[in-house]
Amino acid sequence: MSFPWAKEYTPSHPAMVWLDEKLPLPRFVYNAIGAGYPVPRNLNYFWNFGVLAGFCLVIQLVTGIVLAMHYAANTGVAFDSTEHIMRDVNWGWLLRYMHANGASAFFVVVYAHIFRGFYFGSYKAPREMIWLLGVLIFLLMMATAFMGYVLPWGQMSFWGAKVITGLFGAIPVVGEPLQIWLLGGFAPDQAALNRFFSLHFLLPFVILGVVILHIWALHIPGSSNPTGVEVKTESDTVPFHPYYTAKDGVGLAVFLFLYFAMVFFAPNALGHPDNYIPANPMSTPAHIVPEWYFWPFYAILRAFTADFFIIPAKLMGVLAMFSAILVWFLLPWLDKSPVRSGTYRPTFKKFYWLLVIDVLVLGYCGGAPAAEPYVMISQIAAMYYFLHFFVVIPVVSAIEKPLPLPFSITEAVLGKDEAATVAPAE
Amino acid sequence: MIRIFSILAGAFFSVALLWSFGKGASSYVSEPPKPTVESVYHKHAEGPEGGFSFEGAFGKFDKQQLQRGFQVYTEVCATCHALKHVAFRDLKEIGYNEAEIKAIAAKYKVPEYNATTGEVKTHDGVAKDHFPPVVYGGQGSPPDLSLIAKARHGGPNYIYALLTGYQPQPAEVLKQFPDAKIPAGLNWNPYFANLNIAMPQPLVSEGQVSYKDGTKPTVEQMSADVSAFLMWTAEPKLEKRNQTGWPVLGFLLFAMVLAYMSYRTVWADKKH
Repeated sequence: MSFPWAKEYTPSHPAMVWLDEKLPLPRFVYNAIGAGYPVPRNLNYFWNFGVLAGFCLVIQLVTGIVLAMHYAANTGVAFDSTEHIMRDVNWGWLLRYMHANGASAFFVVVYAHIFRGFYFGSYKAPREMIWLLGVLIFLLMMATAFMGYVLPWGQMSFWGAKVITGLFGAIPVVGEPLQIWLLGGFAPDQAALNRFFSLHFLLPFVILGVVILHIWALHIPGSSNPTGVEVKTESDTVPFHPYYTAKDGVGLAVFLFLYFAMVFFAPNALGHPDNYIPANPMSTPAHIVPEWYFWPFYAILRAFTADFFIIPAKLMGVLAMFSAILVWFLLPWLDKSPVRSGTYRPTFKKFYWLLVIDVLVLGYCGGAPAAEPYVMISQIAAMYYFLHFFVVIPVVSAIEKPLPLPFSITEAVLGKDEAATVAPAE
Repeated sequence: MIRIFSILAGAFFSVALLWSFGKGASSYVSEPPKPTVESVYHKHAEGPEGGFSFEGAFGKFDKQQLQRGFQVYTEVCATCHALKHVAFRDLKEIGYNEAEIKAIAAKYKVPEYNATTGEVKTHDGVAKDHFPPVVYGGQGSPPDLSLIAKARHGGPNYIYALLTGYQPQPAEVLKQFPDAKIPAGLNWNPYFANLNIAMPQPLVSEGQVSYKDGTKPTVEQMSADVSAFLMWTAEPKLEKRNQTGWPVLGFLLFAMVLAYMSYRTVWADKKH
């Protein structure tokens, strides 16, 4: 797709002319992330996070592939091979710290990207497919990160694997056989470690594939923008290159600075000390906690402490935890407001910020021990989480009176008078 | 239609949560959680006065201190605790030369497993060997110390606090918690998670080791030295990490300025 005014690729060098005839790859790139892709001119810095997420994926792929050259997926030596990487492999410590903190960075960036989407209504028509693919990427990331955390075969690796695969055991009738089938045994052991390694290597490439679909789907309607008003004329857009390559460059430099500050000066700050203890099936850690990026969902899982009619508490927790993410798939159809951007939705905006605070509270409770008052707080917070998506979003979108929208992006940027000189109304 | 369904789903989860909350809250009110002996007497670990030389982004190991810590480890800790991830050759990083390393290694008998015959023989340690396993005769299993400084909340500060924190159980503990008697064979230490540690106080008196560099071997000094040494065994690349970090961040700061300037240039004539 493109807008009629999108620049066309015109190779000048004979070699590029030759290549363009045989395989129009340069043309493809030019139209995807070059000057051939017209983008709204008013994107703010929250639109950097998509590119940053792609960059994180590349960091994880490159460091991960080199780490895999030195790692051994065997319960007898997995922990020692990780230490071998940290001590004896040239720059192995840097690779591993980049990979471990890279996972955290990836989630920070993706959460920002998702919450950008929540606020600016990026999930709404005609961009539903981009959103659906995005949620799928997030689910794949969670699976990949979980299996990656198991690989060093430390205490949290082992017990995390046990707890998370144990969730499948809560499913009625098929739960227990399913759990045994997934693990290849009654508890995490050699079979589980080996398949987790295999899948941890595979899934990033699946993510890469879905990312390509995500970007493909993005290029059909083009990028959304902070006003939520669709592109109307050429003056609403600028070519992706050089305008957004330059702007993304700023975001990338800031991101890399913060990321490497963590890698070099606080590489273990986000990890758990127990994972420097080799896995021991005979000794359960005092508090089993997943990595921080799972905490909000972990809090929801643990919030269900009482059986609900015939549904056991554990099954309720599992249902709720999965629903908490799966509800995002329904978002384009739950939010029927004709206005995309939260900027022009006064009621929605208040609930949006309440959701942000709510998820932070859930995150805090998910990392805290499973004791009072954290459980009661996470029960209230989880309740708001579900009410927000299942009730507040549909109801607000039906009754809210949005603020008047600007006529066009150009008008929003330049003001009415100047806009008239650039793009006269037809 | 989908919205009716969604509101029902929201109500389902909310009512279930309200039910859980109600049950939890009522038992919280009827039986408020009582303080436990751990919640009252467990202390937060504090490091030695003045901190460690390796703390912070400019931190460096003090090689003299690491060598003293190594001496404490070999003369005291090594009776029970192994150091399997450390090789003798690594000692070069804390200032020993090749001859000294050979001499240190040769004092150890390193087991050697013959995969064909199944025999286990021992040989005199050489530089490439790791510290051999320690056979512990008592009950329980003293943890390997290679990574201990990263495997505990508080790291080296925790080790220091634990080593200097042994004391008789305060009398008021049993008044408040009659069940909190120290189990047989354990020792009271407010820095240990459950307050009762199996390890007897390892560093008991001044002069337990005699330092060659003239440092006064007080219990605090020996504890700080061995804590620093164990930080090195856990994170041997700490110095290199700090030293690499600054140029990388400097470069990225420069890149940030360049990126921002080119952004301003590119967008100069474009209002946005």
